[in-house]
Amino acid sequence: MTEARTEVLPSTLANFRGSPLYHRLLAFSGLIVLFLGFSIASPNFYQTANVINILQATSVNGVLAVAATLVIISGGIDLSVGTLMTFCSVMAGVFMTYWGLPMWIGVPGALLVGLASGSVSGFFIAKLKIPPFIATLGMMLIYKGVSLAICGAKPIYFTGVEGFTKISTGSVIGAIIPALPIPNGVVVLFAVAGIAAFILTRTALGRFTFAMGSNEEALRLSGVNIDAWKIAIYALAGAICGVAGILIASRINSAQPSIGQGYELDAIAAVVIGGTSLAGGRGTMLGTMIGALIISVVANGLRILSVPQEWQIVVTGSIIIIAVYGDILRGRARKA
Amino acid sequence: MTALVEMTGIEKSFPGVHALSRARFDLNAGEVHALMGENGAGKSTLMKILAGVYTRDAGEIRLNGEPVEIKSPHEAQKLGITIIHQELSLMRHLTAAQNIFIGREPRTFGGLLLDEKKLNAQAAAIFHSMHLVLDPRVVVETLTIAKQQMVEIAKALSFNSRVLIMDEPTAALNDAEIAELFAIIAKLKAEGVGIVYISHKMDEIKRIADRVTVMRDGEFVGTVPAATTPIETIISMMVGRTLTNETATAPARADAPIALEIRGFRRGKEIRDVSFSVRKGEILGLAGLMGAGRTEVARAIFGADPVEAGEIFVDGKQVAIRAPRDAVRAGIGYLSEDRKHFGLITGMDVRNNVAMASIERFTSRGGVLREDKMRDAAVKFIRQLTIKTPSDTQEARLLSGGNQQKVVIAKWLLRDCPILIFDEPTRGIDVGAKSEIYKLLNSLAAQGRAIIMISSELPEILRLSHRIAVMCEGRLTGVLPGGSSQEEIMRLATQRQSSVEEAA
Repeated sequence: MTEARTEVLPSTLANFRGSPLYHRLLAFSGLIVLFLGFSIASPNFYQTANVINILQATSVNGVLAVAATLVIISGGIDLSVGTLMTFCSVMAGVFMTYWGLPMWIGVPGALLVGLASGSVSGFFIAKLKIPPFIATLGMMLIYKGVSLAICGAKPIYFTGVEGFTKISTGSVIGAIIPALPIPNGVVVLFAVAGIAAFILTRTALGRFTFAMGSNEEALRLSGVNIDAWKIAIYALAGAICGVAGILIASRINSAQPSIGQGYELDAIAAVVIGGTSLAGGRGTMLGTMIGALIISVVANGLRILSVPQEWQIVVTGSIIIIAVYGDILRGRARKA
Repeated sequence: MTALVEMTGIEKSFPGVHALSRARFDLNAGEVHALMGENGAGKSTLMKILAGVYTRDAGEIRLNGEPVEIKSPHEAQKLGITIIHQELSLMRHLTAAQNIFIGREPRTFGGLLLDEKKLNAQAAAIFHSMHLVLDPRVVVETLTIAKQQMVEIAKALSFNSRVLIMDEPTAALNDAEIAELFAIIAKLKAEGVGIVYISHKMDEIKRIADRVTVMRDGEFVGTVPAATTPIETIISMMVGRTLTNETATAPARADAPIALEIRGFRRGKEIRDVSFSVRKGEILGLAGLMGAGRTEVARAIFGADPVEAGEIFVDGKQVAIRAPRDAVRAGIGYLSEDRKHFGLITGMDVRNNVAMASIERFTSRGGVLREDKMRDAAVKFIRQLTIKTPSDTQEARLLSGGNQQKVVIAKWLLRDCPILIFDEPTRGIDVGAKSEIYKLLNSLAAQGRAIIMISSELPEILRLSHRIAVMCEGRLTGVLPGGSSQEEIMRLATQRQSSVEEAA
C-alpha cells in the first residue's frame, strides 16, 4: 500500500489544478473579495447584525440549493423545489393550525410530506421515464395549485402554535453565547448542508448519485438498482424542501400559498455558482453553500449601497455567467 | 525524397502521465505506415497531435519539409490531415450525408438554404467511389458500427486528404468488410495519399503495410519494413521481450456441473430461439459475424435488455432476471464490449469503479462507506492484474484501453461472480495485454468459474474456448468442440436462413 501511495506524489501538483478543491478555493476567494469590497464601500456592511442578516437571508435559499445539488449531481434537475417548499409549509399549517396538532407532530409531518412528494417525482422519473425537467415542471405547478386550493388562496397563520417562530428566528447559540446571536434558521441550514455533504461523500447513496450523473448505463450494468436509488435521491431532496418549508413558515409565522415559484431558479443559481456541473457527476455541498452566500452577499451589499433592486438582479445574473465561465476555464486547464 | 510528414522529438505530458518522450514518426506519400505498440505506448496520442486534437509540449512537425503548427483539428484538415478516431465521432441523429458534409453543406437560394438534394448526391458519389452500397439519407444511429466506420472514411475522403490516420479501423469489421476497407486503402495509396494505420492485428499489418513503426512507453523503438520483418520481431519490439505463443487449452471438463443454462431465448429478428449451457470451469466461445446477435444474447442473459421468451437456469435452478441487478444477484457478471459507455464510470476513480458492483460490501452498518477497505481492495487488484495507474484515485478515463478493461475485470472479480460473460474482452487491446487477459480468463476458468466469451477474432476463440457456440442472424447454428477449424466456424457463422440474401 505504501508503494501505491508514494506513486501518487509526482502527479499531485498537476492534479491539483483540476481538483474540486481548486474550484472551491476560487469560489471561496470570490466570496471573500465580494465581502471585503462591500466592507470597504460601506462600514455598515460588516457589522455583526448585518452579517447575521445575510446568513438569515441565505437560510431558505441555501436549504433549497442543497436539495437541488443532490438532484443535479445525479444528472437530473428539480424545478419543483420552490413550490414543494410552499406545499410543505401549507401542510404544516394544516397539521398545526387547522387540526391543532402539536409541533412535534406537525413539523416532522411536513418533512414527511416533502419526502413523499419527492418520491412521487422520483417515481415519475425513474419508473415512468419522464424526463426530470418535465416531471418536476409538472410537479411544480401541481404543488402550487394544490397549495392554493388547500388554504383557499389565503395565508395560514401559526399564531396559535406556541414557539413556532422560534424554529427560525430564535437563537439557541445566542442563549449560550450572547455575543453570537446566530438565528436557529442559520444553524439548521448548516446542519442540513453538513448532513447532505456527509451523505454525498460517505454513503452508498451519495456514491451512486455521482455515478448516476457520470454514467447511468455503466452503473445499471454494475447491477445497481438504479430506479430505487433515483427515487431515494428525489425523496431526500423533497424532505429537504420540507425543512425549507418549515424555516420560511416559521420566519414569517404563516404559510403563504402564493410564494415559492422562482425560488427554484435562485437555488439552481447557487448550485451553479458553487461549481456543480448541470451535466451531472460533479459538485460539492460546500460549493453550493458558497454559491448561496455569494448571492445573499451581493443582494445585501448592493441594497446597503442603495443600488435599485432591478440592478441587483442584473448583477446576480452576471455572476452566474462569470462563475460558469470560470468553471469552463478550469475545464480547459484540466485538459491541457 | 522529402517525407510527406516528419515528426521529431515530440513531447507530451498529461496530469500524472508522461505520454510521449522524444517520439518520432515519418510518412511518405503513397505508403501505408503501420504504427504499433502496446496500449498506453502513445500511438493514439502521437497521431492526435498530428491531427491537431492535442498540442505538443515540444518537438517539430514538418509537412513536405516545411515546419507547421497544427493547433486544431480544423487546421489539420486544411493541411490535408484527417484522423478517423477509434471511437467513432459521428452525430448519431443526423443522416450519413449530413455527417459527411457537416459545416460544409452545399447551399441554395443565395446561401440561405441547405441544398439537401446536392448534399445527398455528393455523398452518394463518394460512396460510389468506395463501392459502398449505402443510402446517404439513412440516419447514422440505425447503421451497424461497420457501416458507421465506412461513413467516417467517406467523410475523410470528402476532404481530399493527403494524410489519413486510421486508428484501429477494423476493430468492429467482419472479414468481408475488412476486404472492402483494404480495397479502398489500396486505391487511396495509388492516388498518393499517405496512410497511418494503427492496429494490433499482425495479419493485417502484413497484408497492407509498407513500413512498421513500433512505440513503447511513449518512445520510438524502431521503424522496419513490413514485408521482410518477422512478426515475432515486431512483437518483441513492442513488449520489449519475446512472447511465447502458448495455444493449448486444457480439455473441457464434460463431467463438471452445468453453471448456466438458457432455453428458448427469443426477441424479434435479433434473437431467434437460442439455447445453450456452460459448465463450471468451462470457457464457452460465442462466435459469429458482426450483427449475428451475440451481444444481444449476452445482454438479454444479463437482463440489460428485455426478451419476449426465454428461461435461465443457474446451478439447475430457474431464476427470473428482469434487470442487471437480478443477474448480479444470481452471480452473473457482464463485461461490455463498449467499456467507455457501459463498463466504466470514466469520470470516477479506479477505486470507485472497482467497488461499484459491490458497494454493499464496503458499507458499514450506519450506511457509511469504508474508503479504507475500498482502497485496499482496489490496490490488491491493481497489483494482481498489474493495472498501470499512478494510484487507485486516478480517474478511469485517464487510463489506456487495456488498463480500463482490467479495471472492469477487477470489478467483477471483486464481486466474485461464478458466471462471467466477456464481450470482446480484447477489443482495442495490444498484443502484450491480450495474452495477459487470456491468461486471466484461463485462470478464472481453472478456479471453476463458467465463462462465456464473445469474440470476433477467430484465433482468440480457438485459443481459449473449450466449446464454441456459433451464431448467425440471431440463431444458434451449432456448437463445436474446442480445437475445431476456422473453416468449420465460418461455415456455421454464414449459415443463413433468411429469405432475403444480402447484396454482396
